[in-house]
Amino acid sequence: MGLSKLNRLYRAVILDHAAHPHHQHALAAATNTITLKNPTCGDVIKLDVKLDATDHIEDIGFTGDGCTISQSSASMMTDAVMGKSKEAALHMAKTFSDMVMGQEHPQADLDQLQDAAILSSVMQFPARIKCATLAWWALQRALLRADQVTKED
Amino acid sequence: MVSNGIEVTQDFAILTQRVNDEPLTYLDNAATTQKPRQVIAALTRFYQHDNANVHRGIHTLAARATAQYEAARGKVQHFIHAAEPAEVIFTKGTTDGLNLVASTYGEAHVQAGDEIVISIMEHHSNLIPWQQLALRKHATLKYIGLTAEGELDLADAAQKITDKTKIVALTHASNVLGTVTPLKRLARLAHHHGAVIVGDGAQAAPHLKVDVQDLDVDFYAFSGHKMLGPTGIGVLYGKRALLDATEPYQYGGEMIDLVTRDASTWTALPWKFEAGTPNIAGAIGLGAAVDYLEAIGMDRVAAHEHHLVAELLPKLLDLDDLDVYGPHDPTKHTGVFAFNIKGLHPHDVATALDMDGVAVRAGHHCAQPLMQELHQVATVRASFYLYNTSADINRLLNAIQEVKEFFSHGSVEAK
Repeated sequence: MGLSKLNRLYRAVILDHAAHPHHQHALAAATNTITLKNPTCGDVIKLDVKLDATDHIEDIGFTGDGCTISQSSASMMTDAVMGKSKEAALHMAKTFSDMVMGQEHPQADLDQLQDAAILSSVMQFPARIKCATLAWWALQRALLRADQVTKED
Repeated sequence: MVSNGIEVTQDFAILTQRVNDEPLTYLDNAATTQKPRQVIAALTRFYQHDNANVHRGIHTLAARATAQYEAARGKVQHFIHAAEPAEVIFTKGTTDGLNLVASTYGEAHVQAGDEIVISIMEHHSNLIPWQQLALRKHATLKYIGLTAEGELDLADAAQKITDKTKIVALTHASNVLGTVTPLKRLARLAHHHGAVIVGDGAQAAPHLKVDVQDLDVDFYAFSGHKMLGPTGIGVLYGKRALLDATEPYQYGGEMIDLVTRDASTWTALPWKFEAGTPNIAGAIGLGAAVDYLEAIGMDRVAAHEHHLVAELLPKLLDLDDLDVYGPHDPTKHTGVFAFNIKGLHPHDVATALDMDGVAVRAGHHCAQPLMQELHQVATVRASFYLYNTSADINRLLNAIQEVKEFFSHGSVEAK
């Protein structure tokens, strides 16, 4: 039956992250905050990042609504970037975006993404690439803002 | 299949393909419909034999192009029962038509303190032009609410439409709820208060017999691509007296009459509102779509869809874990079904249905205030048209069942 192909997208680890998302909460002491919407579907992610004095991600949390793919992607992203430097996190976001668009990347870069690397399967479902990248775009936008606490929608 | 004598699949080659190894079940007709070979042939014929600009030319091809373009206008006039071809303006589509009314008639007649009345189920194209007009003019935008059944609340309409109301703009059929609006009754109400009424026919003109004179609407907009025609072409109907008294808002091309260094005059209706080179092939393709629908008969199109609704709606309502929005009475429902499977995001559902060959829309359907009213971020939407059959209904129902099983099994496995 047709749905057997769905296993390629909805791998157990993805479903598990969606069912039990990590770091799904707001941060009171965030240094960088952003709200991003996917206007075509109404999904929304509010990302809070707390950078320490050396520009490392001391804490991160997300809230909002979204599909299985966007929620699990956010959960995986927060796992992967926790404790990383701002520069390293930005590099990971770039790696992720490139990966889901089908571009080749060194295995070491993909390993850095941890569970999130499994979302490369989203490539086979072009309509869902935006769902997977929303959290990583939010991370990029939050970190690149010059001012400390930023808000946008 | 649902037998109403409509057997048209031979005209829609696109529908006979397999998608993701499954037979295609195309249920995204509220977004756009497929095109029969007759429409595709009309476009090809025009470009291969008759392509020229309209009105300006003296040569033979220009005369042919002009004749076909104006013939298409005549077909549309007949299709919606307008009094004369001059009342049929070709636009880019519904959105373009509604914006045209807001930017011309609306701009001229709405003043500070006036009221514009729409409903909470309008899609953005029949909401934002009025919202922005109201903001520009310091007018008030009022929303008619819905009944618990998901129909337009007529008691609320009677409250909201007052002597201050200048424009009432309402959808003729909801693109989410499948509700049909009693436009004729609301036109009477609007006129009683001295307001004009604008009908958004995007989801009605393809499916119901529309008679703009009987409805007594002042303006009525719809799209070609939702009724078997090409994209980029649509129609704005307007009563001649209103159109005559309204200034154009785009200038150039065939809408010009006389230009001097200091002033210009405009040509007659309908060309006054058709600046620039129009979508000539699109209009001719729309004409072919009208021919196709007229050959079947809009009564039969509507009856076929009613059969589908009567078959599907009770079955959808019977499914566990499914929320179905809009009227539960099949006689009050068009072939548009918005629903959600409990615990599943509509995007996940739409991807899963696609893997079963079933094409549906998931999202807010350009009706965000309605989603807020329904307390939903988004819904799944399956929308039917004349070429859909009982087999499509069964494929949808089976696919919904499989989606539920996949995700309940998947999440159990994940734990």
